[in-house]
Amino acid sequence: MKLSIGAVTEPGSTRINKTGSWRTFKPIIDVEACVGCGMCSMFCPEGVVYEVEDKYTIDYDYCKGCGVCAHECPSGAIEMVIEEK
Amino acid sequence: MKIMEGSHAVAEAVKACRPHVISAYPITPQTHIVEEISRMVADGELACEYIRVESEHSAMSVCVGASATGARTYTATTSQGMALMHEVLFNAAGLRLPIVMTAVNRALSAPINIWDDQQDAISQRDTGWIQLHAEDSQEASDMIIQAYRIAEDHDVLLPVMIGMDGFILTHVYEPVELCPQEKVDEFLPLYEPTQYLTPKNPLTFGPIVDPSMYMEFRYMIHEAMGRAKKKIMNVASEFRDKFGRYYGGLIDTYEAEDAEVLILAMGSVIGTIKDAIDELRADGKKVGLVKVRCYRPFPAEAILEAAKDAKAIAVLDKNISLGHEGALYTDVKSVLYNKGPLALGFILGLGGRDITKSTIENIVAKAQKAIESGRVEEESEFVDLDQEVL
Repeated sequence: MKLSIGAVTEPGSTRINKTGSWRTFKPIIDVEACVGCGMCSMFCPEGVVYEVEDKYTIDYDYCKGCGVCAHECPSGAIEMVIEEK
Repeated sequence: MKIMEGSHAVAEAVKACRPHVISAYPITPQTHIVEEISRMVADGELACEYIRVESEHSAMSVCVGASATGARTYTATTSQGMALMHEVLFNAAGLRLPIVMTAVNRALSAPINIWDDQQDAISQRDTGWIQLHAEDSQEASDMIIQAYRIAEDHDVLLPVMIGMDGFILTHVYEPVELCPQEKVDEFLPLYEPTQYLTPKNPLTFGPIVDPSMYMEFRYMIHEAMGRAKKKIMNVASEFRDKFGRYYGGLIDTYEAEDAEVLILAMGSVIGTIKDAIDELRADGKKVGLVKVRCYRPFPAEAILEAAKDAKAIAVLDKNISLGHEGALYTDVKSVLYNKGPLALGFILGLGGRDITKSTIENIVAKAQKAIESGRVEEESEFVDLDQEVL
């Protein structure tokens, strides 16, 4: 890919910027403990926690590891673990 | 040829360039430029959007937005207003928008002072704007037309600011020749943007760029600055062919060929220096001038070529990098390092202090003393300081 003059791009180019690389701690959902309440998804400031068949999953390409989901989960089903890089 | 105010000569040149959008906020001593342009728009002489704003930050932001749609844009400011534009100036350059601005030169607060020096433009040195400096009203006017040609060139695509000393040039009445509209139209074709905002073809201007690519974009601006050097010289020559006036390319020289002492400066003080040189030459002193027309990109090669045979070069700064020395002096020394004449730095004319012929003669005497002794005693000094009040 050649760079454009002035960094002008097609719309939606922010997707190229995989902000998941900024993460220090990674949220891991314990699917067994998850009650499917959706609090994690509602509170996620990045909007990267999705419902999949009554449970929840995280898009790690863009999750910055802020830990809000783990803090809000009423079932304690989300653990923040140090990211291995 | 008409006798007119410098500000109005600039306004007439802006009109002849047929800008689509102008946005500005009035501030002394820039006011007469934008006042005259707004009159032209109100009277139907100039068909363009004149957008009134509440600050210079907004004026430059309007120019950025308008330029991104492919419009030819203009603004003017000075001093505190230029400082308020600071962060937007980086954006205009980074987005590669060919905005043209008259940077009327004035001192910065505090203490508040509305008179001329060049601290405001010098303090915008690293924003990525091409920075030209005019010697007189005629050049400040003609540089507008040249600036659009330079800025809009697809090999350059950078904004241009034209330094014009406040009051000394903006408010002076002197004979000026205006460029006929049909010749300006031939010289300056319509701006053809390479990419622009339109609802028909949405684009993103100003995305975040992470560490993997940011440096490459800075490099691209730097490279464009390098290409601009040749363009500035070519446009000056083409302007001469079309309109019969020439002020030099990146630099100009006066009586410099056999000069032992060279004076290097920029802006309206050039006229005073030329008069002083005429008198010094009449006394048999070999003194010459290097006029810096283009401050960024810095004309390193041209200055070295002009100065290589001189014995001393006196650099005049109407600015100061507080805690070090004048900005031009630092740049000139870096160019001459290990290969040029002795270099002396003089800080003068701050906050509108007059620079007279006798000031120039004293500076030349100091340079001659340095030549005789073979060394520079005081690298950088303030000129005409009133020691009694200190």
